[in-house]
Amino acid sequence: MIIDLTRFLAEERKHWSELETTLDRIERRPEERMGLRELLRFHELYERASADLAKIETFSSEPEIRAYLEGLVARSYSEIHETREKQQRLNPWRWFIETFPRAFRRHLGAFGISLAVTIAGCVFGGVAIRIDPEAKQVIMPFPGLKDDPGERVRKEESAKEDKLAGQKSTFAAQLMTHNTQVAIFTMALGITWGAGTAIMLFYNGVILGAVAVDYVYAGQARFLLGWLLPHGAVEIPSILLAGQAGFLLASALIGWGARKTRRQRLREIAPDLVTIIFGAGVLLVWAGIVESFLSQYHQPVIPYALKIAFGAAELVALTLFLAKSGSTAKEKSAK
Amino acid sequence: MTYSRTNTLQLRTPEGIVFSLPLAGPVSRFLAWGVDGACIMAASSLIRELLGLFGSSGLASATYVIAYFVLSVGYGIAFEWYWRGQTLGKRVLNLRVMDVQALRLEFGQVVVRNLLRFVDILPGLYLLGGTACVLSRRFQRLGDLAANTIVVRAPKVAQPNLEQLLGGKFNSLLEYRHLAARLRQRTSPQAAAVALEALIRRDELEPQARLRVFAALSEHFRSVVEFPPEAVEQLSDEQYVRNVVEILYRRADKS
Repeated sequence: MIIDLTRFLAEERKHWSELETTLDRIERRPEERMGLRELLRFHELYERASADLAKIETFSSEPEIRAYLEGLVARSYSEIHETREKQQRLNPWRWFIETFPRAFRRHLGAFGISLAVTIAGCVFGGVAIRIDPEAKQVIMPFPGLKDDPGERVRKEESAKEDKLAGQKSTFAAQLMTHNTQVAIFTMALGITWGAGTAIMLFYNGVILGAVAVDYVYAGQARFLLGWLLPHGAVEIPSILLAGQAGFLLASALIGWGARKTRRQRLREIAPDLVTIIFGAGVLLVWAGIVESFLSQYHQPVIPYALKIAFGAAELVALTLFLAKSGSTAKEKSAK
Repeated sequence: MTYSRTNTLQLRTPEGIVFSLPLAGPVSRFLAWGVDGACIMAASSLIRELLGLFGSSGLASATYVIAYFVLSVGYGIAFEWYWRGQTLGKRVLNLRVMDVQALRLEFGQVVVRNLLRFVDILPGLYLLGGTACVLSRRFQRLGDLAANTIVVRAPKVAQPNLEQLLGGKFNSLLEYRHLAARLRQRTSPQAAAVALEALIRRDELEPQARLRVFAALSEHFRSVVEFPPEAVEQLSDEQYVRNVVEILYRRADKS
């Protein structure tokens, strides 16, 4: 039997048009919510279009109508069959002080790996520069770090002019964007089953360890702390957080001992992954400002003790924030 | 959910209805990315010009650095979230990002697929993402794999207008109702669809090709049911097929 196409069209067209209009409205204004009556009507129209599609497939192979109906059914399907919880309107402050630290605490294992890989890199960098001082020329990423630390400290402390005069804002913006790019890249490399994330963290650790050992053995530990701690107390943990997000992605891909499918695992971690990387981005904005406006100024402009105290206070505050902020009753009872 | 050789993703709804989504290939996606890249460049140039009005201060320069970064990273996220899987480039190319199960896109999915571009773009011009896209059954780049998304072709299909084609002229074959009924009985939906499609697209054919197509179709339908000579004499092959299609797609009692 082949369907009576003209009668079929005449009877059904008005319903298809109504469904199409509803879908256009939903797509044009995604924030709008339908009332119960509208929802029921929408569901009815969807079922009717689905039944028409089945009829066309069974009794006729007319391609134009089938393509049109498939388009309508596909567009309606995602609206009708969405069972995931609707997202609440975002409150940025609550998100930062509650959602972000909670997401961090839910995946402490991934953060631990991130920290361990970075420490391993630090040890490697420190040992490498002690065993083979020539390696400094290869390991250090900037020309300024390849010089003798004592010479650099002497130059910085005797500087008469502000080398960043009129450029502090631009420098801060460049630091923020560059560090955020590094953080995103570190997270995104989690797609390589975590290998890329591990390499990035290890490399960062190597540079950090090499710089630290170089300055400490040159007797410039106080300068090093005064220079690195104010921004590093936030910047380094932010990169560790990005590493945590990368390992989270990797763990969902690998799925050790998990009974869920890869698709389910990835779907589950996506909100936390996004929260952690956005949180790291916010912290890096702060780190960029501090690095440009504070870290680059040394004694006698700003006493080292003050800078070190500031950096230490930041580190303590960040640790407390990530450990305690937004604690739920469930977390407290678990302790 | 199945994948066919014709690059479509077939889904079965809980009601048992099957529909297919045509997957977008790497070339159309690359073109859409090109359009988006041009939009980002144009917008950033505009921002630079506007900031230039305030002179070459450090603050203007810092604003530009941040604005360019936010634009390049946030463009895809903002558009795909607000336009439900479309950016300007995807709109131009009629593409849409969808959840792999055709459900509504979640914000997390949009962010993950866009941030993973940092890896997909390596070592340049989306070589890694493009390779993953070509090798993947669902044309997914790495960002799509991580976010559980696919990109489909979403041409806006207009309602078909077949009334003009199927009615109107005198149909000599309808005089023989028993033969018309036999024709309806013996013709498969596929053969009927080929004939209808040929009529819909007849003006797209070259004259010689058009003659050959309708000659072949006419010969096929003449072999299915033989109408008396007086019903078919002076009928061109194309008119014969047109009459057959009218029999197949309209009820005899409505003629």
